[in-house]
Amino acid sequence: MTSATNTASRAHGSASLKHRLAERGIDTKLLLLVPAIVFALLLFVYPFAYGIGLTFQPLAATQDQWGGGFLSNYVAFFRDAFIFDSVWLTLKLALPAALFNVLVSIPIAFKLRNKFRGKRLLQTLLVLPITLGTVLTAQGLLIFAGRQGWLNRFLMENGIIDQPLALVNNYIGVMLSLIISGFPFAYLLISSYLSGIDPSLEAAAKTLGANWKQRFRRVTLPLLAPGLATTFILTFVLAFSVFPSARLVGDASGDTRVLALMAYRAFSEQLDYSMASTIAIMMGVVELIVIAFVFLGRSFLYKGSTGGKG
Amino acid sequence: MAPSTNTFETLELKNVGRSFGGHDALVDLNLTVRAGEFIALLGPSGCGKSTALNCLAGLLPLTHGEILIDGKRVDILPSEKRDFGMVFQNYALFPHLSVEKNIAFGLQMRNLPKAEITRRVADGLALVKLQEQAKKLPGQLSGGQQQRVAIARAVVLEPRLVLMDEPLSNLDAKLRLEMRTEIRRLHQSLGLTTIYVTHDQEEALSLADRLVVLREGRVQQIGTPEELHNNPTNWHVADFMGYRNIVDLTVDSVTGSLARVSGHGISIMATVAQTAAVGDTVRVAIRPSDLVVLAPGESPQGRETIEATVNVVEYQGREFAVEVTTTAGQNLFVHAYSALLPGSTVQLSVDPSRALVYRTSLDQVDDSRRQLAGVPA
Repeated sequence: MTSATNTASRAHGSASLKHRLAERGIDTKLLLLVPAIVFALLLFVYPFAYGIGLTFQPLAATQDQWGGGFLSNYVAFFRDAFIFDSVWLTLKLALPAALFNVLVSIPIAFKLRNKFRGKRLLQTLLVLPITLGTVLTAQGLLIFAGRQGWLNRFLMENGIIDQPLALVNNYIGVMLSLIISGFPFAYLLISSYLSGIDPSLEAAAKTLGANWKQRFRRVTLPLLAPGLATTFILTFVLAFSVFPSARLVGDASGDTRVLALMAYRAFSEQLDYSMASTIAIMMGVVELIVIAFVFLGRSFLYKGSTGGKG
Repeated sequence: MAPSTNTFETLELKNVGRSFGGHDALVDLNLTVRAGEFIALLGPSGCGKSTALNCLAGLLPLTHGEILIDGKRVDILPSEKRDFGMVFQNYALFPHLSVEKNIAFGLQMRNLPKAEITRRVADGLALVKLQEQAKKLPGQLSGGQQQRVAIARAVVLEPRLVLMDEPLSNLDAKLRLEMRTEIRRLHQSLGLTTIYVTHDQEEALSLADRLVVLREGRVQQIGTPEELHNNPTNWHVADFMGYRNIVDLTVDSVTGSLARVSGHGISIMATVAQTAAVGDTVRVAIRPSDLVVLAPGESPQGRETIEATVNVVEYQGREFAVEVTTTAGQNLFVHAYSALLPGSTVQLSVDPSRALVYRTSLDQVDDSRRQLAGVPA
């Protein structure tokens, strides 16, 4: 500490102010940050703050119905079962979908680590759904799995079922859509985490007498776990903000009444901007709570290098 | 720690080979290892030595041949059932486990009772003098300490064979010498059987009971350090064994095992290590320390002398490493015990038994060279 002050006082003696500022990283290059800061302020910070402000300006109708003064929107959010239940409905979709995507990606990423003929083709097929929009996926699901879709027609004509399977316009339809669009993300992330683990660690475990189950449980999984947590969070956030597929292949006023739909409805059908903002903010809060839990769990895991040399 | 009880009589590699696609990484490796031996596999990178080790460890399946222990095939066993310990070049310590848990890993896999694991881990830590570091993670250790953990982790299992893949190549020069002694000490005191891969001839010569020199997947020579040091079987092995002067000369005459070879301003008597006929172009190998610089006025004792000009003089402690150029422009490396002046002219001589004549080609040689070079078949 003393040596630092010494240097500073000596610098004060000879170097110019410009030099002393530059030493602390303050120079004209900082001006390059201006466009980014303006952009962030105008397009993120201001609308976000404005949105939060809106939530405290409830419509008169909301205040009459739920009371609570300027907090009336929040009172409505928690008291109105139609709105509040959609928190659980959204979680019921997003949590299992994220969990499924992560868990299924692990063995596939494992298998695809080895070299084999046709690996690239298989990888392309697995990642392809990323390039399809959710709308295209929904359209495909309707054509394939709808009441009059190929699958049901095939099964009915061959006498395997009497009644068409209800695979779309309900919970299952949205779940399928979330898996189709979320899996490639999970797979890509996990396979990159996996490739970051030094293969000689597994070789070492092998020569020490560990069979494949022990190698996975004792070596690979602990090193992969932080990556799995991150992947889970990302796919969860993607699934939690589901909107188009909930409307197109879901049951928009029943089982798949997700939060994004509720916010959209509040603003477009009821013209209640303040309620829509409240729902949007609460979406963020629920996401943050889930993420906080995952990070809490992650903090107990080893997070250092996985390169083997430590 | 008690000497390893888990031992065998002989380990046999029969025609062991490994190809990758169309490329032969290892061809027809035949080797019999007796219990307690220290074998070094030596060669430049890409020579197949690591492939051989990985085949032994079971990390790579063989494409040809078999590996037998006391007559029983082990190459069909998976790696985890072979009961070999392996030390990796990058140590491959589990970064999420503490030093003691790394060492305990193999013991836990064998479902040993807790008390025994604790005892053997403590023994292992004491063996490599890392008791203080027991609770640390590998990332908090220095390179040398990590290496010692890797060795302890492999030897606490009292494996019947220890495989080491260039374990010292990531350490600095001083630590490398210390660890070399340490490895040899452990090998002796624990009665281990060790197969050690390296590209450093000095390391191999100092550690091993026998060396296997490989080139492009093929065995060039198997022998004791002395045999390899004094009687390399071809110029490639000679080059690897410190015969720094490798000069292409022409055979003028052959008398018994001696030949007169000349060219590039050099004309000397040399020993035929492989076949040589008059008129052949041959490759002559001489160690820098065997090229003697004659003091002014000293008689060459009936030997031919080579006249050369001093180029570069490097001080190396006890001696000087000197680069000289013959009158015909051939560079030679010699050792001198006094400082020579760059630009001065010197006379060199060499004992004919220390100048070895090889064929220029490295293709499979006939068996006659074995008798000539005195290498047991």
